[in-house]
Amino acid sequence: MGRARGWIRSEARTSIGARRAELGQIARYLLVGLGALVMLFPFGWAVITSVTPGDAVLAVPPDFTPEGASLDAYGKLLETLPFWRIVLNSAWIGAASTVLQLITSAMAAYAFARLPFPGRGALFAVYLATLMMPLPVLVVPLFIEMRTFGLVDTYFALLAPTIASAFGVFLLRQAINQVPREFDEAAVLDGAGHFRIFMYVVLPLIRPALATFAIFGFMASWNSYLWPLIIIKSPEFMTLPLGLATLHGQFTTQWDVVMAGSVISVVPILILYVFAQKHVIASVAQSGLK
Amino acid sequence: MTAPDTLAPARPKAAPPAPRKQRKGWRYAGTVAVFLLPSLVPLTLYTIIPMLGSLWTSLHEWDLITEMRWVGLGNYIELIGDPETRAAFLHTLSFIAGYLPLVYAGGLGLAMLLNRAMAGRSLLRGIYFLPVITSWVVVALMWKWLLNPASGIVNWALGLFGVSGPGWWTDPDWAMPSVILASAWKDLGFVMIILLAGLQAIPREYQEAAMVDGATPWRRFRHITLPLLSPSTFFVVVISLINGFQVFDQVKIMTGGGPGGATQVVVSQIYDLTFRYGRAGAASALSWLLFAVVLIVTIIQIRGQKRWVTYG
Repeated sequence: MGRARGWIRSEARTSIGARRAELGQIARYLLVGLGALVMLFPFGWAVITSVTPGDAVLAVPPDFTPEGASLDAYGKLLETLPFWRIVLNSAWIGAASTVLQLITSAMAAYAFARLPFPGRGALFAVYLATLMMPLPVLVVPLFIEMRTFGLVDTYFALLAPTIASAFGVFLLRQAINQVPREFDEAAVLDGAGHFRIFMYVVLPLIRPALATFAIFGFMASWNSYLWPLIIIKSPEFMTLPLGLATLHGQFTTQWDVVMAGSVISVVPILILYVFAQKHVIASVAQSGLK
Repeated sequence: MTAPDTLAPARPKAAPPAPRKQRKGWRYAGTVAVFLLPSLVPLTLYTIIPMLGSLWTSLHEWDLITEMRWVGLGNYIELIGDPETRAAFLHTLSFIAGYLPLVYAGGLGLAMLLNRAMAGRSLLRGIYFLPVITSWVVVALMWKWLLNPASGIVNWALGLFGVSGPGWWTDPDWAMPSVILASAWKDLGFVMIILLAGLQAIPREYQEAAMVDGATPWRRFRHITLPLLSPSTFFVVVISLINGFQVFDQVKIMTGGGPGGATQVVVSQIYDLTFRYGRAGAASALSWLLFAVVLIVTIIQIRGQKRWVTYG
């Protein structure tokens, strides 16, 4: 609020205009504030469940002031699973998958947005088509393929399906399409080739989309369940969703422990989000598109 | 299949950029290969080849254990004549019809509100994004609990206003709206963040120029923001439709396809065919039918985009 932006200045020419702008501000805060409460609800619920012993959380009507709240569930979680090993696995696979996807998708997106070549439209359609097959159907043939290459139960098998991302290519292509071509033309006049335009003109300008995609890429890997379940046999390669799923089986769904795991599983993504979010805003502030 | 040239959008200005001086051809083959191969090779190996594998499976009767038995197009013929399959497609379409307008309008409103300077903006964006990163298990259970016809908070709140709430997921008429509501609520932050990235890419000069010309906020939105945001909108609509056709997780957890099959969608039927009835061949065939439908819908959208999507 402190920084009077242009739009406030223009609407504040008259005192009536100023009053209206102020009322508009208040209405806006009310609206997003209320919405935020509705959005926070499940997370609050998961946290409450995780510190509520046993099945008290399933009580009807729900009791938001559980007697004897405790962190027992978190202790149980650490006892029953090689928890840190699992988190470490998930973290490095998530990071590797995100970096690889960013590189491969950004490059392909540039080709689709800025390099004319025969059959470009058709090839892009093929990329999009890969998004249209439901995953439950793909895991069986993919498993057979991995078994043929002797890759079952390896880190590579976990990572392989996420090296390329058609979703990312599409997202970044749309972002590059929003970059005015005048920027490229200026670089071309300076004698830059496609690689330099890609590295120094396009990439900096689509930083918000890159940060957005990084979050989604990491999230997909971090929460992925079906594929690891099928391809991983040894506990040493276990990822977080698999660990949480074994909790489901081991205790006849002890909600407090499952929710403790769920709460912990959201934290790293949240940290990544906060980091990426700052990055998005900073990039816009610096990009000269103000 | 002749795909449209999606990449020659009607551009308002006729300013041919320098790199396109030469006629379309293979002059750039090396450059194109370097940019494309890093994604094309893994995509072929780990998605396209398995897709072809499932196409092969769809021509067989297979329970994942014993030998495959060739049935040709038998699975397809059976599914097309099957009333349950038609019902599943109808349920999927009704899901999309409710979900897409809700999530886009909400996401756009939020993106507009949170694109302006306001206190705690980053925190608010983070809060709206939370449901997107929370697993469906947590979210679906929570909604089930909120919408419990007897003890849920939603019906309790409606009761305060003298409205007796519906049976939500226990009533066949309300089960699909319950799933739609939960899904739109969860994905609102996804749409918001994509549109925010799009809004931030719009050069401020355009808005300022319009303000100098005395354009009202509505006209600025209608004639500057919406057209310049159209690549992001196009992305959201295409992806939401592709995902909407594949709706499954929330159905599985919230209603299990019930009550009375009222929320049985295509992918939950694929799941049942595979794991309840041991019919991997029929499940693959149904996947390819779904694939064909989504492909046709997407191609129609790509063809139509020239009419409303403006690229910079």
